[in-house]
Amino acid sequence: MSSLLQTRDLSCVKDDRVLFEDLNIDLKAGQILLVEGKNGSGKTSLLRILTGLSLPETGEVLWQGDPISEVGPDYYEQVNYVGHHDGIKRDLTCLENLRLVQAMGKPLPIDLDEALEKVNLYRFGENFVATLSAGQKRRLAMARLVVTEALLWIMDEPFTSLDKASMAMFQRMFEQHLDNGGVIVMTSHHDIEMPDSDVVRLNLSE
Amino acid sequence: MGSPPHFYRFAGRWLPWLTGIFAIFLIVGLYGGLVMAPPDYQQGESYRIIFVHVPAAWMSMFIYMVMASCGIIVLVWRMKMAEIVLISSAPVGASFTFLALVTGSLWGKPMWGTYWVWDARLTSELILLFLYLGVLGLYGAIDDKRVAGRAVAILAIVGMVNIPIIHYSVDWWNSLHQTASLTKFEKPSMPPSMYVPILIMALAFKIYFVLALFQRVRAELLYRERNSRWVEELVQS
Amino acid sequence: MKRLSLSQAFWFLLRRDLLLGFRNRSELANPLLFFVLVITLFPLAVGAEPNLLARISPGIIWVAALLASMLSLDAIFRSDFEDGTLEQMLLSAHPVPVLVLAKVTAHWLVTGLPLLMVAPMLAMMLGLDESAYGILLLTILLGTPVLSLIGSIGVALTIGLRKGGIILSLLVLPLYVPVLIFAASAVDVSSVGLDAGAQIKMLMAFLFLALSLSPVATAAALRMSMS
Repeated sequence: MSSLLQTRDLSCVKDDRVLFEDLNIDLKAGQILLVEGKNGSGKTSLLRILTGLSLPETGEVLWQGDPISEVGPDYYEQVNYVGHHDGIKRDLTCLENLRLVQAMGKPLPIDLDEALEKVNLYRFGENFVATLSAGQKRRLAMARLVVTEALLWIMDEPFTSLDKASMAMFQRMFEQHLDNGGVIVMTSHHDIEMPDSDVVRLNLSE
Repeated sequence: MGSPPHFYRFAGRWLPWLTGIFAIFLIVGLYGGLVMAPPDYQQGESYRIIFVHVPAAWMSMFIYMVMASCGIIVLVWRMKMAEIVLISSAPVGASFTFLALVTGSLWGKPMWGTYWVWDARLTSELILLFLYLGVLGLYGAIDDKRVAGRAVAILAIVGMVNIPIIHYSVDWWNSLHQTASLTKFEKPSMPPSMYVPILIMALAFKIYFVLALFQRVRAELLYRERNSRWVEELVQS
Repeated sequence: MKRLSLSQAFWFLLRRDLLLGFRNRSELANPLLFFVLVITLFPLAVGAEPNLLARISPGIIWVAALLASMLSLDAIFRSDFEDGTLEQMLLSAHPVPVLVLAKVTAHWLVTGLPLLMVAPMLAMMLGLDESAYGILLLTILLGTPVLSLIGSIGVALTIGLRKGGIILSLLVLPLYVPVLIFAASAVDVSSVGLDAGAQIKMLMAFLFLALSLSPVATAAALRMSMS
């Protein structure tokens, strides 16, 4: 099967410190990349470089063989990113927040109620985000993964402030995404249970 | 030219030559302007400050253009050297702008009896100085110098688009209020004995710019690349 | 598969920002209040002599509008920057300058446009000749969007800085000069009964130029700030 996401000799320098050098990643459809490493080892920097938000010091990120700087909007169409920040507005309701996600021009596979149901927030559609708990906010942020259809999911510590049940729920969601031919890149302090053949591990501290 | 160690050595080799050429042009230009050029029939001797004022004002514009061109190179080709040239030019440009302001104001004293008149050229220079200070301020405020380099690149380009508009607006505003203006240079009647020294001074200032730029770029290179091998070898040798 | 078009995204983002503005409406009054306050300071500083005030009122009103617009700029991107929505905007499949334009438009509607409502009252208090009221409103209508558009570049450049406020004014105020010159002059000449057509046309030209160029610069600056 051909590669979806690749990096070629990627390196990143922050404040004079080389975080990583000559990084070559190769992810095929159905694979998940777990980025591990100590705090400050460059996990978030790597994810942001993969999304195209940050630029690497050298090297490039390839999507289906083409550099993402050249692919442009067609790449963004394929990426869903859940970062440190939830990316949701306190003063809007859950539904209003998700509508904003949909406005970003990516394909819309399901309607919003269905998406809320998938992340266990069905009855909260009209609630203001300010009234939600931290875990609920995180789940709403994760709903972004399903309201728009993208092949590549990039997540920075997605399980933060989630309970065991929610974590299990999202793992099932990830598995389903991989089964459908998607790719996932994520950092997490929690280990995930998935068939080893699908999991690629990358430790930035070594 | 794009590689830091190569540029460092190249600039180092040229520095003594540039200093020499600069000194020659400066002496010839100043002698021509202050001694050989005839006194002005209206302004007497006091007009002689134009031999510094006018080239300095030219340089203030020219250097901003250099910065904006570097800005385009930074954004399009992400060239590190262009970033460094851009930010190293800014203090030199700001200094020339300041020099143009000070000499203009000194010239104003004998002409208008006051050090400051809201003359079109002086006002434009003042705003240009603010633009330079904005570039320097923004660069200083951003900790990550790679990010700062891109930020000032954008700012320099925005400034470049705006400078003609600002210039035109100020000229228009000035014509409206009809204050006095430093017009000596615009007179077509200027004899060669006056404009030749001005051109020589302009050349001297350009060479000085390159000279100052080389030194600043070298310092900035050493600072930015302080962890690299070539700097280490340089320091040890 | 269905997806939202660019124009839908534009309107959606505009509506969302207006909604957010409405939900935080207590903050909306601040730039307006600032505008009124600055103008109140002038008679206290230069004296209440009616002829003098009437003479300098176009300048006072426009300097105050400039400062009010500048102080409100930070709000364009601040909350989006802090909660991560800005990040999501940059990952949009739509061209970012268009989204930026939607946000700046919304910002102008809630901070620039209200100046229109108080301007006649302030002009009256300063004794500006009544024949200039129409032109005053027109200059505010044409000039303040230019200020928001230029200002958005400055905010985008400084959004990531902890102390961006002072540096923002240093970046933005020099670029405001042309608008200030032509807007104040338009009001000035119309108050003495002359035609301000040339100035108004210049302001329109600035508006078109700013509309077409500044969102591109702002988008580039946002990318830089988020990296």
